[in-house]
Amino acid sequence: MKHIINCLVENQPGVLARIVGLISGRGYNIETLNVGPTEDPTVSKMTIVVPGDSHVIEQVTHQLSKQIDVIEVVNMTNRRHLDRELILVRVATASHHARAEIVDLAALFRGHVVSVQEDSVTIQMVGNQETVADFLCLMKPYSIVDISRTGVIAVGREAPGASAAKG
Amino acid sequence: MKDKTDTDMSSAEKQPLRSGAKCVIDGLVKAGCEVLFGYPGGAVLDIFNCLYEAPFNFVLSRHEQGAVHMADGYARATGKPGCCLVTSGPGATNTVTGLATACMDGVPLVCITGQVALDMIGNDAFQEADVVGITRPVTKHNFLVRSADDLPGIIAKAFYIATTGKPGPVVIDIPKNVQKQMTAALTPETVIMRSYRPDVPINEAEIAQFAELINNASRPLLYVGGGAVSGNAAEAIAQLAHKANIPVTTTLMALGIFPETDPLSLHMLGMHGSVAANYAVDHCDLLIAAGARFDDRVTGKISAFANRATIVHIDIDRSSISKSVRSDLGMHGYVKPVLEAVLPLVKPAEHTEWLERVNRWKDRFPFTYPKNDDALMPQFVIEQIDAISAGEAVVVADVGQNQMWAAQFFRYTRPRNFITSGGLGTMGFGLPAAIGAQFGRRGEPVICVTGDGGAQMNFQELVVAVEHQIPVVVVILNNGFLGMVRQWQELFYNRRYSGVVLSQKGRAPNEQVAETSGYLPDFIKMAEAHGACARRVFKEEEVGPALREALASGKTWVIECIVAPEANVFPMIPPGAHVAEIINRTV
Repeated sequence: MKHIINCLVENQPGVLARIVGLISGRGYNIETLNVGPTEDPTVSKMTIVVPGDSHVIEQVTHQLSKQIDVIEVVNMTNRRHLDRELILVRVATASHHARAEIVDLAALFRGHVVSVQEDSVTIQMVGNQETVADFLCLMKPYSIVDISRTGVIAVGREAPGASAAKG
Repeated sequence: MKDKTDTDMSSAEKQPLRSGAKCVIDGLVKAGCEVLFGYPGGAVLDIFNCLYEAPFNFVLSRHEQGAVHMADGYARATGKPGCCLVTSGPGATNTVTGLATACMDGVPLVCITGQVALDMIGNDAFQEADVVGITRPVTKHNFLVRSADDLPGIIAKAFYIATTGKPGPVVIDIPKNVQKQMTAALTPETVIMRSYRPDVPINEAEIAQFAELINNASRPLLYVGGGAVSGNAAEAIAQLAHKANIPVTTTLMALGIFPETDPLSLHMLGMHGSVAANYAVDHCDLLIAAGARFDDRVTGKISAFANRATIVHIDIDRSSISKSVRSDLGMHGYVKPVLEAVLPLVKPAEHTEWLERVNRWKDRFPFTYPKNDDALMPQFVIEQIDAISAGEAVVVADVGQNQMWAAQFFRYTRPRNFITSGGLGTMGFGLPAAIGAQFGRRGEPVICVTGDGGAQMNFQELVVAVEHQIPVVVVILNNGFLGMVRQWQELFYNRRYSGVVLSQKGRAPNEQVAETSGYLPDFIKMAEAHGACARRVFKEEEVGPALREALASGKTWVIECIVAPEANVFPMIPPGAHVAEIINRTV
């Protein structure tokens, strides 16, 4: 199972390398990783998607918490949350017919056409992990030329203060 | 450097400016540094310039690895943080093994490395290396200092991080221009970090549950590790053990935390642990792991480890709990306060039947070895060290067979009296660590037990002992082999001795060399060339007198014991095996 782990870290040089090095050094996988600033300029938020069973995820969480620059680690998968990923996908359009189908499908997923070329169309689509996976599955028969993904970001739906402190 | 405007000058009168280099020395003084081990170079010239007037001793090692091991030995022997200082590039990369050694065993160290100037970083400058990158996985934390203004705070944080929680090494990488830069920043009195809070409050509900488990157990066992040593929990362990009559086994890292002369002591557990300790683990119904981390050398086959037991695990490192063996009650915290909290709730118990059973195992399977009329047995040498020092020596063991014999045949009665590289298993650790230990424990006998393999790694540091009049006694158990690897080849690889023969005869077909007369190397000549006293012994009756003379001399000594070449360490539970598969050929 995939877990979404949110990590608040000190906004300092080398922190990203520390987190990535820890996860690879201990033999865990990262599926996606997103880093961005928060409302506090001294704090960055990392969202890491890690596949693994509950024992692996428990270890990853504790190992992350142990890092000196890590302020807080929250496994979002265990709590009410919203997660989203933005993808840009360029799909080959062999015919006008295919283009129409792709645009229709994108619309069903609330995607937008952001660029149209003679032989391809580029869709921007935002969704949670499942929706993105479903959409990409439907795009597959049309031959995906290129794809760029932001990686998952997630936000809790509980009142502030309900999140677990570092322990 | 800061522009010195008029206003800056006036504030400078209130806050005198210091160079970054001076901040380093002041920070070390403030942290209580008594002795700094290190090696100079171009990128730390400014710090060495300030060091000239420092109020603590500086000890020049002969290799940076030696400096880190010395600081490590000092820290293990005293419980205080070890300090070392090296230059950039190769100076820093030479510390990596030492840092990894300390990191695995949770030893508090602060290692200061020089770095090329900030504007040169990334340019492949002379003696440049990405030290924070290289040392990241082998330290508890590391810092690259970008401004002298940050330096006093970083040094204080480094000592705080190194010595709290699960202790560990911290590297501070200081670019040359930062050492020269002037700053008004002061060394902080206290350190508070939002991202690092090592103190864990006692969880009363867990304590109650823990007490209930102890009170309901009929076959309890304490399994004590290095975390109990760094957490100074010896007394709490003794109180719990005696109150409820719980037998105690320790890991290699915790030998002596509970006196091995106590009837409740089962000695060490694990691959080369006592039969009694391993049987007790297998048969207990409550295993209390206190500051131990279920290392694979302890557990053997994980799925079969302590199968009959409810497992309680106390550890300050949260990630250690349920990492390899799932615990039924994981208690995140320091061993000492947790045990102190549970003690009043523990009911006195006799556990007569259980102790009788355990004692039968102890009587039936003591540590022993086959007698050999033709050759000196290495185990005998360790017994002599115990006897002649009246059990009071600080034993610093290297790695391999010598380490296991030193663990098995000396009865340790105090914590911090057995020092060794447990987790990383670093050959060449023994001699420099023994020197560092002696710097911290002046006036006490310090004996380094090493092999002919390990002695050839870092032998150069013997000079440091001689010139500082450090009366370390180095006992080399010379069997002409890399003995532990040879033992595995004997037991598991059909005696195909590949790459383990240190003498010049009897080697594998592709390792043949011309036979030499005499000893190569000649440790006696080597020792004497380094200014130490030395003697080679062959017979049992020579061992005691040599040790007595060495310990009484107040000088640095090397005693080379020519021992039985193919002696093995038993008992042995083969790697990944269950205690039932124990090999114990001791007659």
